[in-house]
Amino acid sequence: MTNTSPAAKADTAKLEAESRNATKAQLAEFWYYFAQNKGAVVGLAVFVLLVLMAVFAPLIAPHNPDIQYRDSFLVPPVWEEGGKAAFLLGTDAVGRDILSRLIFGARFSLFIGVVVVTIALTGGIVLGLIAGYVRGAVDTFIMRVMDIILAFPSLLLALVLVAILGPGLINAMIAIALVLQPHFVRLTRAAVLSERSRDYVVAARVAGAGHLRLMFKTILPNCLAPLIVQATLSFSNAILDAAALGFLGMGAQPPTPEWGTMLAEAREFILRAWWVVTFPGLAILITVLAINLVGDGLRDALDPKLKRS
Amino acid sequence: MLLRSFRHAVVGVGLALAFTGAAQAEKVLRVGNDGEPQSMDPHYISTVQTSRLSDDMIVGLLTYGQDGQPIPGAAESWTISEDGKTYTFTLRDHVWSDGTPVTAEDFVYAWRRLLAPDTGAEYASLLYIVKGAEDVNTGKAGPETLGVEAVDARTLKVELTAPAPYFLAQLAHQTAFPVPKHAVEKYGRDWTKPENIVVNGPYILTEWQPKVQATLVKNDKFYDADNVAIDKVIYYAMEDRTAMQKRFRAGELDLARDIASEQIDWLRENMADSLRIAPYAGTYYYVFRSDKEPFTDARVRKALSMAINREVITEKVLRTGMLPAYSFVPPGTANYGEPAYADFKDLPYGDAVKQAKALIEEAGYGPDKPLKITLRYNNAEDHKRIAVAVQSMWKQIGVEADLFNTDGKIHYADLKQGDFQVARAGWIADYNDPQNFLFLMESKSGPINYSKFNNEKFDGLMAEAEAVSDLGQRAKILHDAEEVAMDGQPVAPIFYYVSKQLVSPKVIGWVDNAPDKHPTRFLDLEQ
Amino acid sequence: MLSYALRRLVTAVPTLFVIITVAFFMMRLAPGGPFDSDRALPPEIEKNIAAAYDLDKPLFEQYLIYLGRILRGDFGPSLKIRDFSVGELIASGAPASMELGFSAILLALVIGVSLGTLAALRQNSGTDFSVMSVSMVGIAVPNFVMAPLLSLVLGVYLDLLPTSGWGSGELRYKVLPVIALALPQIAYVARLTRGSMVEVLHSNFVRTARAKGLPPRSVIGLHALRNALIPVITTIGLQVGVLLAGAILTETIFSWPGVGKWLVDSISRRDYFVVQGGLLLIAGIIMLVNLIVDVLYGLINPRIRHN
Repeated sequence: MTNTSPAAKADTAKLEAESRNATKAQLAEFWYYFAQNKGAVVGLAVFVLLVLMAVFAPLIAPHNPDIQYRDSFLVPPVWEEGGKAAFLLGTDAVGRDILSRLIFGARFSLFIGVVVVTIALTGGIVLGLIAGYVRGAVDTFIMRVMDIILAFPSLLLALVLVAILGPGLINAMIAIALVLQPHFVRLTRAAVLSERSRDYVVAARVAGAGHLRLMFKTILPNCLAPLIVQATLSFSNAILDAAALGFLGMGAQPPTPEWGTMLAEAREFILRAWWVVTFPGLAILITVLAINLVGDGLRDALDPKLKRS
Repeated sequence: MLLRSFRHAVVGVGLALAFTGAAQAEKVLRVGNDGEPQSMDPHYISTVQTSRLSDDMIVGLLTYGQDGQPIPGAAESWTISEDGKTYTFTLRDHVWSDGTPVTAEDFVYAWRRLLAPDTGAEYASLLYIVKGAEDVNTGKAGPETLGVEAVDARTLKVELTAPAPYFLAQLAHQTAFPVPKHAVEKYGRDWTKPENIVVNGPYILTEWQPKVQATLVKNDKFYDADNVAIDKVIYYAMEDRTAMQKRFRAGELDLARDIASEQIDWLRENMADSLRIAPYAGTYYYVFRSDKEPFTDARVRKALSMAINREVITEKVLRTGMLPAYSFVPPGTANYGEPAYADFKDLPYGDAVKQAKALIEEAGYGPDKPLKITLRYNNAEDHKRIAVAVQSMWKQIGVEADLFNTDGKIHYADLKQGDFQVARAGWIADYNDPQNFLFLMESKSGPINYSKFNNEKFDGLMAEAEAVSDLGQRAKILHDAEEVAMDGQPVAPIFYYVSKQLVSPKVIGWVDNAPDKHPTRFLDLEQ
Repeated sequence: MLSYALRRLVTAVPTLFVIITVAFFMMRLAPGGPFDSDRALPPEIEKNIAAAYDLDKPLFEQYLIYLGRILRGDFGPSLKIRDFSVGELIASGAPASMELGFSAILLALVIGVSLGTLAALRQNSGTDFSVMSVSMVGIAVPNFVMAPLLSLVLGVYLDLLPTSGWGSGELRYKVLPVIALALPQIAYVARLTRGSMVEVLHSNFVRTARAKGLPPRSVIGLHALRNALIPVITTIGLQVGVLLAGAILTETIFSWPGVGKWLVDSISRRDYFVVQGGLLLIAGIIMLVNLIVDVLYGLINPRIRHN
């Protein structure tokens, strides 16, 4: 029976306000722990910069990344002899400005990270929830499949998948997402297994909550912490794997300014033009480093919380 | 008793002298081969890189001379019948490396094995000119119906389906090699393992480390062993051209059979005495699917072909000394003469573009109805650069070309299926004759006629040429055929290939040639 | 323990079976075949070639034929290097890959453990910080970035080492590939060791040993290090998969004639039997290593608990 008397309404409002404050307090607390890790903060700052770079790429980049300047093949960076001010980081073998390509490349890397993690996370959560909740034959089957995927080195499996689907960025992302999924499935399943026998879950079930509601609204929010950390790790793994595939010629195809593909194109010129290789490499390195730092920070910040609750 | 010991002493001293005489350093030729060999069994070879090894090990009825032209090999002489369809070869008196005599039966056995469907030999079609060959290969007849006969141990009779002036040139190809019947029957597929292999050529395989190197050593039983200077040749499998170049510079290789193309300028400046660039019997071209819109209209094909600035492609985009091509058959092909060039060959580029534009408009395309097509190429740096350049060349005449690239495998599979509008292709001659190029445009050639060119006049001329035995007349007929083709432009030839290699100044006897054949037996090393 | 190992081995069989099936069908799904190439082949020839390798039979029949072969230990022929069977090719390339792999692991253990220990002993000092940061970078740098740069510096500018190939087995050809492969592992082991050592150094039994007056070296060497290494060694086993992936890239970059690069090439060339055999082998190795690590860990763990 719902009691909608003014007194009850005031109570509800107070409860809501309290709940909002609680969330705010939670976030503030989380930030406090996170900020204690200087590295993580730096990583976050770099990451935010990257996002800004990607979003505002057409405004920031000095040139269009696809334009080939026929008279400026392999121009060295501006501080070297022969460098031109127009091309701060030099040009590649067909005369495209490297700085602009790097900036636009950030778009691809972030795109890859977001898409791959979303696919892997969604699929992983769904499968993990089902496996941990339903148990039995379904559970065994799902975990066997995950074991098989984990039995292969991720890069090799991705390569075979791309061979079937055909080279290209989208196919590479699908392949990588598939390969990263087992981690999420395992995590979710483990968390579900440990939570499902807890009091609050039993209480909810007794109160009459349906299966779906139990899975998604009751159990899942409490499994989020390790998932978030894994998602961050997988973000950087996705970028690395996509770059590796691009490097082997199986990922984004030229002339896409994806950092790994840029490396692949640059390999044959390494003798004459170190900048064509170094700068995309640095871009990958800095991005992955930043994300890893953030991931470490997240883990440290979320862990004590877990221990305490 | 005393006499015997005296004889032993003489022999002993003689041997000692012989050994000191032979104590000169062994001559080892180190070759950077730009690909891994597939097999030492001639029937399973389909790449040029592999043929370099088998050419050093086995000698066919004819073989390659120092300049790449065919010379007598296992056959020391032959006669040709009046109608040009029967060849009778007299075999040289020589032996396999284990002492067994080479007989005509070895050739009969080899060719039957080549054409047997079970063998699955990729190059079997090379010998389709032999009577009954195609039927045997398609399973319609047994191997014994093949038109080869061992009249006696040293006489081989071959019957052809039609006179073919290029037949002798074909015989130098590894597909027509003999195989040692006794070894193959004894060991099966394992006959090519170093411990079993038996050859009749200047060198024999002693060691093969797959993906790394293969070592061939001089075969003393070779009939011309006295004139073979190099004692040992090592073929290193090096697909990475830059690495191969580095090793050559370091003096670790005497020959590098390909170069890293983008280094060409540097090589021209710094290694001019080693760099060898020579015309190669092959053509790089774009093929139009001429039985489907929009390329059913010859004007469209011609316009697109005219708009390609071949000089810019060879001089600016590639810069490796390739020659612009206006004919399909490269100049210098045997049994030919000057190829038939497209009529726009000598037109200045500006005029060619204008005419091309006019042709496109005539065909019904223009700014309000632009011609949109897809240009396909397979994944490689050079193909991409050329495609990008051609794309902008076609833009000038109002044609929008989308670039689409795929892996090599898929590219060729799709070409055969006809799944393209205009695509990049290349053809390298298997034997030195214009027919080996022109047959690609014959309608009877099936899926390998990528463009599906179906021109009655062309087919008719090609058939005519096959029946003629007079070389001069045949050349003229083939020339007429090529003219028809160059008029219709089912393909747009772009450039003729060149062979590029690095040859150490210490190597003696290297002769640049169009077939790019350099048998080791004619080479020597300065010491 | 034995029953656990046996149980794992038994459940491995169906997994391997599934892997064989998946590998088989995956490769056949890929468009294009092994014999499509620049040289256009007449249709009769294509038919003959397909027949010679059973490629014209229905897919399921080919699958059964393949299964039969596997049971007899025959992985099939290579469709590219035709004089050798897949087994022979793996046997010829495996030593090169293993050489790389083992050298990398060895380097990782020796250097990584030393660095990690040093950092742990000087916890929170400048040394600690630099070791940790450098290793953080080491893990983040993809080895296909590090490798060309290394070869650029050492191989080209300083011209000390050859940048590619196996030569004829000389030592100097091994240096760059091994270092390139080992670097991320060194970084990883260093971090792991440091973390583990720090934990152990603060543990009760170490404090007891120190209180007893034992010389520091024996404390560190005998007690701390041994216990700290346990998680390190078990994780190394799990890193085999990562190592294999790294080997693929390293072998490609340095044209090293191992199985990694060859496997990747075979995928593009559709050398079906090679890829199927290779995938099976790799999966088998990883599963075996996982099993060994799990058994080892199970053996070691109770000891720690009772310490």
